[in-house]
Amino acid sequence: MAAPVSNRRALPPDPPVASRHVSIETRAARPDRSAPQAAPPAVEVADLVKRYPKAKGNAVDGISFAVAPGEVFGLLGPNGAGKTTTIGVLTTRVRKTAGRATVAGIDVAADPVGARAVLGVVPQRPNLDRSLDARANLVWHAAYHGVPRARRGPLADELLERMGLADKAGTNPDELSGGQAQRLIIARGLMHDPRVLFLDEPSTGLDPQARLFVHDRVAELAAGGVTIVLTTHDMDEAAKLADRVGIVDHGRLLALDTPAALVAGLSGSATVDLAVTGADATVLRDRLAAVRGTAGAEVLEDGAGTARLRARVDGEAGAALPGLLDEVAAAGGRVLDVALGEPTLEDVFIDLTGRGLR
Amino acid sequence: MTTLPTTAADRRVSTTRAFLGVLGRDVAVTGREFGSFLSQVLVQPFFLLFVFGKVLSQLGYIAPGYAQLLLPGLLALNAFLVAVQAVALPLVIDFSYTKEIEDRLLAPLSTRMVAVEKIVFGAVRGMIGSLVMIPVGYLVLDQVTWHLGGLPESALLLVLGALAGGAAGLVIGTAVSPRRINIVFAVVITPLLFTGSTQFPFLQISSLRWFQVICALNPITYVAEGLRGALTPQIPHLPGWVCFGALVLACLLFGAIGIQGFVRRALD
Repeated sequence: MAAPVSNRRALPPDPPVASRHVSIETRAARPDRSAPQAAPPAVEVADLVKRYPKAKGNAVDGISFAVAPGEVFGLLGPNGAGKTTTIGVLTTRVRKTAGRATVAGIDVAADPVGARAVLGVVPQRPNLDRSLDARANLVWHAAYHGVPRARRGPLADELLERMGLADKAGTNPDELSGGQAQRLIIARGLMHDPRVLFLDEPSTGLDPQARLFVHDRVAELAAGGVTIVLTTHDMDEAAKLADRVGIVDHGRLLALDTPAALVAGLSGSATVDLAVTGADATVLRDRLAAVRGTAGAEVLEDGAGTARLRARVDGEAGAALPGLLDEVAAAGGRVLDVALGEPTLEDVFIDLTGRGLR
Repeated sequence: MTTLPTTAADRRVSTTRAFLGVLGRDVAVTGREFGSFLSQVLVQPFFLLFVFGKVLSQLGYIAPGYAQLLLPGLLALNAFLVAVQAVALPLVIDFSYTKEIEDRLLAPLSTRMVAVEKIVFGAVRGMIGSLVMIPVGYLVLDQVTWHLGGLPESALLLVLGALAGGAAGLVIGTAVSPRRINIVFAVVITPLLFTGSTQFPFLQISSLRWFQVICALNPITYVAEGLRGALTPQIPHLPGWVCFGALVLACLLFGAIGIQGFVRRALD
């Protein structure tokens, strides 16, 4: 990997992507080797409230969280939940109504200019400068941030290379595809070597290849020690990228934990679906519901000698399976088909925010 | 191993550097499209100059010597109007549609300073638009003689006029919605064009009192009259201190309203 922007801390060896997933739970808690012990949070939000003039309610209604240096933090929520407003306050574009928000220890309301020097932003809507070509977008961004003239060009070339845009240096942003534009915006956000990078829905509207590329770059940045705060309404993206996820709705933080812990905390959402013949469905349902570790059971379908039942179980679906199969056998039934459903972040999300359309 | 600067102070970028970066971008973009910028700036005043200063005077409808009166007026007009247009239209589009200005709003620079940069940049364009009229005037018109001792004063008047124009552009650019910008330009720019005492000396329209009052409200009047005082003092003109005073006032007034409007649009 090319040496990144200078004055960034030395990179730990790039972990393979898979190992990042395995270590998801430990990553957040792991002390940052290069930072002093008990490093202050890279981002801290305390009782943050934002009320827009003439709005009926608060767009952000008392959110608190802290992001450790080097962590990837995801804000997950439906449209209009308050994610973008929270990011807006942290990136000095939205004025808070109450509460406290700091980036790299700088109070964003008291010292927005200081905060802008240490944060990078990838906005939800592309806002590239179309009077400039791709490379000039990067070079001028560096100029706004006081990067010495001699370093701007090489830095721009290096980031274009990393983002797979080396051959697009002279292209006008209008002629870039959605994925290329998004990569260029990420490159731009990195030109001044920010401590914290905010990505607002970084892969919305991208095709799968472009999404994967953006995901890989985010993982790479995190491995390089950049703190990342991203918003998304894509559950898989949050589960894949974020060390910890905050679920936001109606301006409030409903849950905050690692993706794995959030899923584990959801009781009775793993499911075992059984297709059974030779036993009465209602009787079987009651017997299944009484099996240890089962949170409940229901009949999905009952007809023509075959019944389909669903048992909702606490913890893993596979662990409850032997008990359920024994119970079917004891009732004189025969199992034709089994399907296990493990809960995902989506179930957590729906459990917390409901099914209603926004 | 390199170490990260640990305090905010290590990261602090000087305001001057950030300001020059943002201004540099605008100037560089203007430089890249300098040809189209010049044609935008020159076409209208060139025809005003040609028809009023050359054609009509050659036909005998306009007294000889009118060109002498017209040229300073057109310098004043361009300084102000080019600056207005350089700021107003791009801002309306930026704030409403493209959001391209966002990257500059996130520069380590106070939002007010980004607004000030817009005014300064508008003034730079206004100055260029005004100065390129001088050779054009000399080429088109037959009898132009300037009192050269008045050049420094003229330069200062043009700078103030261009700054006032940039500030007025900031007011329009932050107050007008994109759907209305066409109508605003039609009902604001055209009257500004004809009430700025550019085609007539302000003091000699006293017989049209109401019109004179309207002209007194147009900042271009004070640039044009000041330039006449400096370059062609034989033409009746307002005293210099009135012109400077009125222009400083216009800069402060439009500047204050414009910057406030800019901050309102830039921050939620």
